[in-house]
Amino acid sequence: MKTRYSFGGDEHIFVEVDEEMSLDAFFKSLSMSNSVRDSKIKGVTEICPANASFQVKFDPDQISPDDMLAELKKLEGAAENAEKKLTTRIVEIPVYYQDPWTHETLMRFRERHQDPNGTDLDYAARINGFDSAEEFIVAHHSNPWFVSMVGFVSGLPFLYQLVERERQLQVPKYLRPRTDTPKLTVGYGGCFSCIYSVRGAGGYQMFGITPMPIYDPQQKISYLKDFMVFFKPGDIVKWKPIGREEHDRIAAEVEAGTYAPKIVEVDFDLNAWNADVDGTNAKLMEALNAG
Amino acid sequence: MPVKVIKPGLLTTIQDLGRPGYFHLGIPIGGAMDRVSLRTANLLVGNDEGAAGLEAVFLGPELEFTEDATIAVTGADLPILIDDVEQPGWTALKIKAGQRLGFGYLKSGARAYIAISGGVDTPPMLGSRSTYAIGALGGVDGRAIAAGDSLPIGAGAGGTEGATVAPDLRRATGSPVELRVLPGLYWHRITETAQRGFFDDEWKVAPEADRMGYRFRGGKALEFVEREQPFGAGSDPSNIVDGCYPYGSIQVPGGTEPIVLHRDAVSGGGYFMIGTVISADMDLIGQLQPHMPVRFVEVDMETALKARADRAALMNRIRGALDR
Repeated sequence: MKTRYSFGGDEHIFVEVDEEMSLDAFFKSLSMSNSVRDSKIKGVTEICPANASFQVKFDPDQISPDDMLAELKKLEGAAENAEKKLTTRIVEIPVYYQDPWTHETLMRFRERHQDPNGTDLDYAARINGFDSAEEFIVAHHSNPWFVSMVGFVSGLPFLYQLVERERQLQVPKYLRPRTDTPKLTVGYGGCFSCIYSVRGAGGYQMFGITPMPIYDPQQKISYLKDFMVFFKPGDIVKWKPIGREEHDRIAAEVEAGTYAPKIVEVDFDLNAWNADVDGTNAKLMEALNAG
Repeated sequence: MPVKVIKPGLLTTIQDLGRPGYFHLGIPIGGAMDRVSLRTANLLVGNDEGAAGLEAVFLGPELEFTEDATIAVTGADLPILIDDVEQPGWTALKIKAGQRLGFGYLKSGARAYIAISGGVDTPPMLGSRSTYAIGALGGVDGRAIAAGDSLPIGAGAGGTEGATVAPDLRRATGSPVELRVLPGLYWHRITETAQRGFFDDEWKVAPEADRMGYRFRGGKALEFVEREQPFGAGSDPSNIVDGCYPYGSIQVPGGTEPIVLHRDAVSGGGYFMIGTVISADMDLIGQLQPHMPVRFVEVDMETALKARADRAALMNRIRGALDR
């Protein structure tokens, strides 16, 4: 890992902790961006953490770009040695894989896809060495995921699977982005899963849909009353496969204001996880199932 | 004292100076694309510079006033009509209850800013009235204005009728338009030939140009420095592990068509960026029409900061000229 700093015009500094994705890079980036926030450097207007990088927006009328850069570099050493632990929450997200809505959309944009004759899941299964879409789906939901970035649009989470690199699923993005994606599509690009918070353009492969809204600008949905965005970096997610009937039941509960997502507070220790991936994941699952 | 929308124009949105502070959640700052024009329009009608006004792109709306007001229209050269009589731009105009404000065909620029004394008084969301349609925030129910809408207007003192901004204080684009760029971010990912080519080539604004970003085409495709793609980035040489995008940053998916992100930027994604348009030139982008020729001009940080100071000085001269 080598940290690289670059100016994004006269108002941003982009800090790339590592070129490649890893939880170590994520933790260092999160730790640095937290230190920037805590140190209350004059002139900082926005701090945006990402998967393996972060960005600071500042007002160059208050602090010169060179001084801002020097302030950020001072924080790097401490971030290196920071504890890689988080008190966070694990959330169960119901997913209706192979749903009719993403299917209709992916058929509409077939000419933009690597494999015009199959579905996104068929393609993802094949290039990751699975015999069927069903086997791939099991690999997608059997381990928990880590929210390593929130962004793109309106509270969209990027999720990184909590498995060793050899077991990571990797799928390229569409050859050309779609102009439409159903709201709440569970997508995939590179090594990241995502949930499209709103309907719109997108380039990630489409695997399914969740009936659980994650963004509500009106703040009417029961669990989004305090804030309109559900996810934050560091959240842990477990996908729960569901069928049409359960999808419709949850959607009706959301509408009625009675749906409560399953959420349990947990501690995550990256060193413990690195030492024993399956054991740590099993503990996370126990905590979720006991909740 | 509402203003009635008779015709909405092509895409007319309520905008102020935006909602900073939520970009880390994918909610962009938004607000007027051409900030100096909005600020000036507000000053002319006696509002705070950051009051909400209307941003009309290419085609103006038709509005009926239910009470007397002071209005001003700045930005693009879009002929201003009050009850079909042409009126000057960049000038405080009185409009009476029952009169209609309309517009002729666009002569130059892309976005006109309409300020109304008292400001548009729709409910702020996350501290701003700016319309962010993708996230259904601000504006009228999270969208652009539509025929039949009734826009609430706040109480305002109103400016001095006839007050005007001299032509030399109205910033306009040249031809070809020059946008100054500070190279950086993933600039090292393209070859030296591609780096030179990007600044030497003439580009044209593509039809895909909106509040999120402006796309350009016509220059040579960028050649990448070869590398093994980092884990998690994706297989295309223009892919990176999804990171944050600065406002004004220039991403080039597939190395072919640069996209400059603007006020409604997506906050991040998986495409590499070659640099960033300097803050002083962001307003100019809001006035570009499709097919206009554009050159990107390489500058260093010192030049970027000098340009920023020049723009602040211009705004101060406008304030001084309007005695504010």
